[in-house]
Amino acid sequence: MWADTDVKAWLARAADSDVWWSFKSSTLTIVAAGATLLIIAIALLSPLLAPHTPFDPATLSLSDGLKPPVFWSADGDWTFPLGTDDQGRDVLSSIMYGTRLSLLVGFASVVVAMVLGITLGLLSGYLGGMLDAVIMRVADVQLTFPAILVALLIDGVVRGLISVQRHDEIAIYVIVGAIGLSFWVQYARTVRSSVLVEKNKEYVQAARVIGLSPLLIMVRHVLPNVTGPVLVIATLNLGLAIISEATLSFLGVGLPSTEPSLGTLIRLGNEVLQSGDWWITVFPGATLAALVLAVNLLGDWLRDALNPKLR
Amino acid sequence: MKFDFRHSMSVAALVCAGLATATTADAKTFKWANSGDVSSMDPYARQETFLLTFTANIYEGLVRRDKALKLEPALAVKWGQTDKNTWFFDLRQGVKFTDGTPFTADDVVFSLNRANGPGSNMGSNFASVKEIKKVSDFRVEVTTKYPDPLLADKWAALGMMSKAWAEKNNAVNSADMTKNEENYSTRNAMGTGPFMLKERKAGEKTILVPNPGWWDKPTHNLTEVIFTPVANPATRVAALKAGDIDMMYEVPPADTETLKKEANIKVLEGPETRVVYLGMDQERDELLESNIKGKNPFKDKRVREAFHRSVDVEAIKRTVMRGQSFPTDLMVAPGINGYMKELDKRPALLKPEEAKKLLAAAGYPNGFEVGMDCPNDRYVNDEKICQAVVAMLAKIGVKVNLRAQTRNLYFAKILRKADGKPGETSFYMLGWSPAQTYDVHNVFEALIQTPNAASKKGMFNAGGYSNPALDKLADALEQETDKAKRNEMIKQATKLYVDDYAYIPLHQQAVVWAARKNIELVQPADNTFPLRFVTVK
Repeated sequence: MWADTDVKAWLARAADSDVWWSFKSSTLTIVAAGATLLIIAIALLSPLLAPHTPFDPATLSLSDGLKPPVFWSADGDWTFPLGTDDQGRDVLSSIMYGTRLSLLVGFASVVVAMVLGITLGLLSGYLGGMLDAVIMRVADVQLTFPAILVALLIDGVVRGLISVQRHDEIAIYVIVGAIGLSFWVQYARTVRSSVLVEKNKEYVQAARVIGLSPLLIMVRHVLPNVTGPVLVIATLNLGLAIISEATLSFLGVGLPSTEPSLGTLIRLGNEVLQSGDWWITVFPGATLAALVLAVNLLGDWLRDALNPKLR
Repeated sequence: MKFDFRHSMSVAALVCAGLATATTADAKTFKWANSGDVSSMDPYARQETFLLTFTANIYEGLVRRDKALKLEPALAVKWGQTDKNTWFFDLRQGVKFTDGTPFTADDVVFSLNRANGPGSNMGSNFASVKEIKKVSDFRVEVTTKYPDPLLADKWAALGMMSKAWAEKNNAVNSADMTKNEENYSTRNAMGTGPFMLKERKAGEKTILVPNPGWWDKPTHNLTEVIFTPVANPATRVAALKAGDIDMMYEVPPADTETLKKEANIKVLEGPETRVVYLGMDQERDELLESNIKGKNPFKDKRVREAFHRSVDVEAIKRTVMRGQSFPTDLMVAPGINGYMKELDKRPALLKPEEAKKLLAAAGYPNGFEVGMDCPNDRYVNDEKICQAVVAMLAKIGVKVNLRAQTRNLYFAKILRKADGKPGETSFYMLGWSPAQTYDVHNVFEALIQTPNAASKKGMFNAGGYSNPALDKLADALEQETDKAKRNEMIKQATKLYVDDYAYIPLHQQAVVWAARKNIELVQPADNTFPLRFVTVK
């Protein structure tokens, strides 16, 4: 456990750091961070905050169907501020729950990609040789395909293997796996190149001389020194992962409509867009855009702040 | 020499423009779309309106229906009954299949036996048939087990195939779609009809071209027909507005009003003779998809009543169907002979607690869980209706696990199997139109009578509802010629299935098509779409 003084010292160091300074001096970043935190907080607390539980069929009533947003028309109803879809689901609550799923899939798939990429990158860079060649060629091949295509391929194979019903149940794992597998390459390559630089430095040689095992050296000594760039990629990839999930769901191969993410909501709304019920698709779309924009701005800032060459 | 790029480009553009105008001047390509694909090119693969009407452009029947749905001669020039148990068909002479072989009585006998044979889904049209025999090259006689005055009507939807072609291509039997089988006739077609199959890419597009050697004088002016399935309704509407397609078969209710406002588009509307309903497995002793083991809740009438009286069809009409449906409590629509207007009254809706009491009395105080099957590209807003039903039943404590899938997989799952086994479903949605005969007997025979593989009754009674008293009445009214007596029987039989809550009828959907203004076509009330009535201006 940390002592109080340690925490204080750490905070003092953080407050004095370049990163904090660059954060403080960028209004855009502060706004983006605020927006991201707000969206994440609302999403996490959606069971408490949302006015309805839109995907519990027992609470739905068709008589509430197709209500317009309150500010748009006098037919609006304050119980459904952003209107309802044709099944009587509250659009605002759907967005809250949908954002939660989108963020969950985004974070989970970034973690999958990160774990896979860091592991392979460490092994590849530290051990080198045949293993390095194989991993990096696989990475090269995968880089020639757009990530979304790889994700579609993985999802398609899983769909072919299991029944519709079973697929709906495990859809979220499939999509996390598919997106995770399609984004590991960047981590692996970044980690590998950092490892190549680090592994010839004195501290690693010293560790080797005193007889530490390669695994220990990789995890305890090399890994902490390559986390900076990985963090940047992870933040930038979070936005991409959320967009990928939305794309897959929009194409109808992502999350099912019984468990809709933002992408699924946009798809469902898009079906009736031509008939004038714009609110069913526009609000989830705007939420998705805001979320991804905020996350990407944060990622951009982090990249600049952690890159000494840009200073 | 200097290559003049700009000059050569403009020449190329001119040539292209010339070609384009040349092709639009005399080529009349008709492009149309539906939410799903035709399941098979085999005319006996499934007794489904869309498949039958599509293949009818290639395979003609002995008789066919005109614009007003009246029977008229097609491959038979004359037909009728020589005595009460014998039918004759005199065939048209000089008709050739598109591969050049002549059409004879052998093809008719072959086709009828194939339609009544293994793998075919058309068997229910042969319940009364005893024997089919060739009398001469151009006459076929059929003997029936009992008088069947509606035989010719039933057979109007049966396309005639070539015996030689089927034998040559190893397609003597229809591929059984309930087992997902395929054979040559699934992807290829060759008939005597007004159109020939030029290209078939399942799930992608199907191209038809006119049959130059057709025996009849074409009333259409098409040179090519391109059919594409477009699953997303918004895409379908956008394609029609942009002119990428000329016609869409079945417009989503949400888009009817906006399409009516388009200057280049006309909307065709009419009520359909099809009733969309929900069915329950009442045959198995234990449901396939439920948490109740060892017994079947749907065998209990109180459970069926609780379900029936919790489904609010008026609410479905208002929001999901946007007013474009006609709620009903009967399995037949107005306009069908035998529709009993005075019995078409839905019982009052139950409050959730009242319905829960019924379930508790049946032994399910905490409700139960059941799987539900639904198509997502067959009937108007089918999946959305099912979702609404899920919500309505959730309020009475029944957890419904909905599985909505494309029509091909869906039908293969829920329909009764060729060997007589019930459909693999516990709770399902289906639509039925007695389009062969326009008589209520077709509905009794196919949907409500006890399933029996030998007598070919109840072949579409996927849930196996059974009431011997109704069976008796239905068999009797088939042969009854006295109209008053027959009506009385229909009334009694109708009461029986209504009181048993055998099915949960929902509504007749409105048939809404939309086409570009330059397209002339005929929209029959049975939702068939004969291409031979289409002209492009």
